[in-house]
Amino acid sequence: MSHEQLLSLLQGAWGTVLLSALTLLLGGATGLALALARIAALRWLRQLAAAWIQLIQGTPLLVLMGVCFYGPALAGIGTVEALPAAATAMVIYASAFLGEIWRGCLQAVHRSQWEAAECIGLTRWQRMRMIILPQALRMATPPTVGFAVQVIKNTSVASLVIGFAELSYNAKVLNNSTFQPFLYFGSAALLYFAMCYPLSRWSRALERKLHAHRR
Amino acid sequence: MHYEFDFASVAAHWPLLLQGVWTTVQLSFLATLLGFLLGAACAVMRGSRHGWLRTAVGGYVELIRNTPLLIQCYFLIFGLSSVGVTMPIMAGATLALVINIGAYSCEIVRAGIESIHHGQLEAARCLGLSSAQVFWHVVLLPAVERVWPALTSQFVLMMLASSILSSVGAEELLGVANRVQSDTFRNFEVFLILWGLYLGLSCLMPAGFWLLGQLVFTRRRKLGTPL
Repeated sequence: MSHEQLLSLLQGAWGTVLLSALTLLLGGATGLALALARIAALRWLRQLAAAWIQLIQGTPLLVLMGVCFYGPALAGIGTVEALPAAATAMVIYASAFLGEIWRGCLQAVHRSQWEAAECIGLTRWQRMRMIILPQALRMATPPTVGFAVQVIKNTSVASLVIGFAELSYNAKVLNNSTFQPFLYFGSAALLYFAMCYPLSRWSRALERKLHAHRR
Repeated sequence: MHYEFDFASVAAHWPLLLQGVWTTVQLSFLATLLGFLLGAACAVMRGSRHGWLRTAVGGYVELIRNTPLLIQCYFLIFGLSSVGVTMPIMAGATLALVINIGAYSCEIVRAGIESIHHGQLEAARCLGLSSAQVFWHVVLLPAVERVWPALTSQFVLMMLASSILSSVGAEELLGVANRVQSDTFRNFEVFLILWGLYLGLSCLMPAGFWLLGQLVFTRRRKLGTPL
């Protein structure tokens, strides 16, 4: 492998990291909104959020990317850049799954906490901000870190329809020009492993610490 | 909005799309069956006495779970072709899916096996059941029954991820849809129809698994209580 080819793989890895970070940040914000909507007091809001999450969870990411890439043509936008299209699709995808994870964590906070907060006169938002969210976020950290691993792996799908120049795309281009699949796809696999394995281990460690009282 | 929807030209290709749906169903069914068997075998090996076996299976699971399915497909299919091992593309696609889903199923089934209380094993020994009977009736079947919903979700996710295999040439639903797109140049309409088809499949598949669970795990149905 020459110097330029290694650089190409590392640039692809940077693209992967960039897309994953964008997804987690924006998808996290949207996911939190979805989670709060899922447990809202208004019934139509709850049902709408539930239906949206079911819709997105039953869609392959590749189809979502296709819709986000070719969809803007409806609004008259002719050309769509690769990163915004990929980021939009991944944010929609991540927000649905994170919304469900965080809804579970919000509902896992004991009912007595919700009631006691109401008894001492906190408003709904104060209750959420000061009592429920801190406890729920602590419980949510292991599955969220686990989902971050999924996000990093799913960024590889952006190389297919959209052609965003992340790690899988660059590895495929290198393979197409040199016909050495074991070398380039193996290197890409190693780079993905180096990104994902520490996060997997961290998620497991967080889970153990969270349930330390049970052992 | 200046865009004119034209679903008619896409819908004219319905036999091809139906063919794609059938291929996806076959691929998912085969990968689910073989992947589950591989995963269950790996889960059992994970609890073995021999350290080398535990490490080997653990290494396989960690490697597969921390790399994307796309890279695994490329590595397997292009890699095997480069050393001269050729096979029909559907066989290669099924192999890639089985290797992938085997690692995830291994972890899920292992969690189920570890959730069986050791009191169950002791009681079974006291009743005079042989090792094989204990393993099948007291460990494996109840474990799989417990993790059946988790397994269902994982297999549905695998069916959705099988769309990635179109990139290596497998003629499943997305691969077929690419051909329709080349014919009609109606990318957005094709993706919308694909969306609907995959949604339908992702509703039917859990229903099928539920039905299978009702047929195989009779304890819940007959006694009304889980383990």
